Amino acid sequence: MAIFYVLLLFIIIAALIAVETKNLLSAVICIGAIGFGASLMFLFLRAPDIAITQIVVEVLGLVILIRATIARDLTFISGDKEFFATVVSIVIIFVIFLAGIKVFQTLPDFGTSAFTAAAEAPGMPEPASQTYISQGLQRTGAANIVSSVVLDFRAYDTLGEATVLFTSIIGATVILRKKAKKLLEDPDK
Amino acid sequence: MLYALCFLLFMIGLYCAVVKKNMVKIVFGIMIMEYAVNLFLIMLGYHFGGVAPIIDKSQFDPGTGQIAGSFLNNSVDPLPQALVLTAIVIGLGSLALMISICIRTYEKYGTFDITQIRRLKG
Amino acid sequence: MKGMTIIVKTISSWVKVLIFMFGIYIIIFGHLTPGGGFAGGVILASSYVLLMLAFGREFVEENLSLPVASKLDCVGALLFAAIAMFGLFYGAACFFWNFIQAEYLADKETAFRLISAGTIPLSNLAIGLKVGASLFLIILVLSTFRPDVSVKEKE
Repeated sequence: MAIFYVLLLFIIIAALIAVETKNLLSAVICIGAIGFGASLMFLFLRAPDIAITQIVVEVLGLVILIRATIARDLTFISGDKEFFATVVSIVIIFVIFLAGIKVFQTLPDFGTSAFTAAAEAPGMPEPASQTYISQGLQRTGAANIVSSVVLDFRAYDTLGEATVLFTSIIGATVILRKKAKKLLEDPDK
Repeated sequence: MLYALCFLLFMIGLYCAVVKKNMVKIVFGIMIMEYAVNLFLIMLGYHFGGVAPIIDKSQFDPGTGQIAGSFLNNSVDPLPQALVLTAIVIGLGSLALMISICIRTYEKYGTFDITQIRRLKG
Repeated sequence: MKGMTIIVKTISSWVKVLIFMFGIYIIIFGHLTPGGGFAGGVILASSYVLLMLAFGREFVEENLSLPVASKLDCVGALLFAAIAMFGLFYGAACFFWNFIQAEYLADKETAFRLISAGTIPLSNLAIGLKVGASLFLIILVLSTFRPDVSVKEKE
C-alpha cells in the first residue's frame, strides 16, 4: 500500500518539474522518470504485460523526444500566456479538480476491485471480467488471460488500434516528407 | 486517496497543456494526461492480495480441466489491462505525429512559441 | 553522421542479436507468458533503433530500407485482417472466430504448450510485425528529416 503512495508522489513531483523547468532536455528526462515510475507501478499493480510494454515504449518515446528537442537553438521560452487568461484557466482547472474529487468519492475504495463491487450490487448483470477469468483458458486455450482478451474476446479493439497506428504513421510520414513544400511553392510543376 | 492523486496528475497535465506557450511543453502535458489515465484504469482493477491474470501450470488440473480457486478468486481484472495495452502503443503513435508537427512548424517559423506562430500567420 | 566510437559499435553489434531474439521470444510465447505482439514489436523496433544510433542511418537503410519497412507494415496489417476474415469461412462464421481452437484443438490436451490457443499466436505474429515495422518507420523518417536551411536564411 505504501509503495503506491511513494511511487505516485514520485511521479507527481517529476511531472511538476517537467512542467515548470525552463530547459527542454530536463523536461524530457523528467518525462522519462514519469514513464519508468509508471512502469514500476504497473508491476506492483500485478500487470506484467503493461509493465513490459510501458518500459520499451518509454525508451522509444524518449528517443523520439530527444530527436525533436536536441539541436534546436531556441528552446528557452519562458513565461506563460496573458495574465488574465492564465488566471481564468487556473480557476477553471481548480473547479474541475474539486468536482472530480467529489466524483471519485463515489467509487469503491482502492483495493476492492470495481468488478467485484459490481457483482455484489443487486440488480446488476454478471461482469464480463469474471467470464474472462473463469472461461478464458477453456474457450481460447491461452494461459495469458490478457492475451486472450486482446486477441480473441475483444479483437475488434486490436483491429481499431492497428488502424489508428497505421493512420498516425501515414500522417507523420506525409508531414515530414520533403517534396510537399516544393509542390506548394511551384504549383505549375 | 490514490484516485485523487491520480486525478491531480491528470490536472497537472491539463494545466501544462492549457497555460504553457512552448509547443513541446504542450505535447508533454498531453503525455502526462495519458499516463494518468492509464494508471487510473489499472488501479481500478486491482484488489489487495491479487495475482497477475496469467494462469500458472500449478493452478491447472489437466485431468478435469479445472482452474484452482486461488486463481479464480484472486486474479485482478484483465479487462482494463487489455484496454491499456492498446492505449499505450496508440500513445506512442500519436506522440510521433505530434512531434513531427512540432518539427515541421519549427522549420517553418523558427520557433516553438505558439504566440509567435500566431503573429507570423498574419 | 558516421556513428559513435568503436566501443559502442562493438558492444551494440553483440547486443543486437540478443535484443532481436528476445523480441521474437516475447512475441512467440505471448499467449503463455507476459508479453505479446505489442511489447515484442516495440522490442524488435528498438533493436534496429540501437543499430541506427550506433552505426548511423545509412548502415540501417542498407539492411532494411524505408520502402521495405512500409511494405512489412502493410503485410502485418493485412495478415491480421486475413486471420480475422478466415473466421468467416469456418464453423460459426463470424468475424474473429478462433477457428483453429474450435475445430482442431478443442478436444486435445493443448494447454500450456506452444502450439495451442488457435489463432492467438498467429495474430501475435501479425501484430508484432506491424508494430515493429511501423515504429521503426517513424524513427527512420524522423532521423531522415533535415531542416531546410534555405527557408531560415530567407527570413
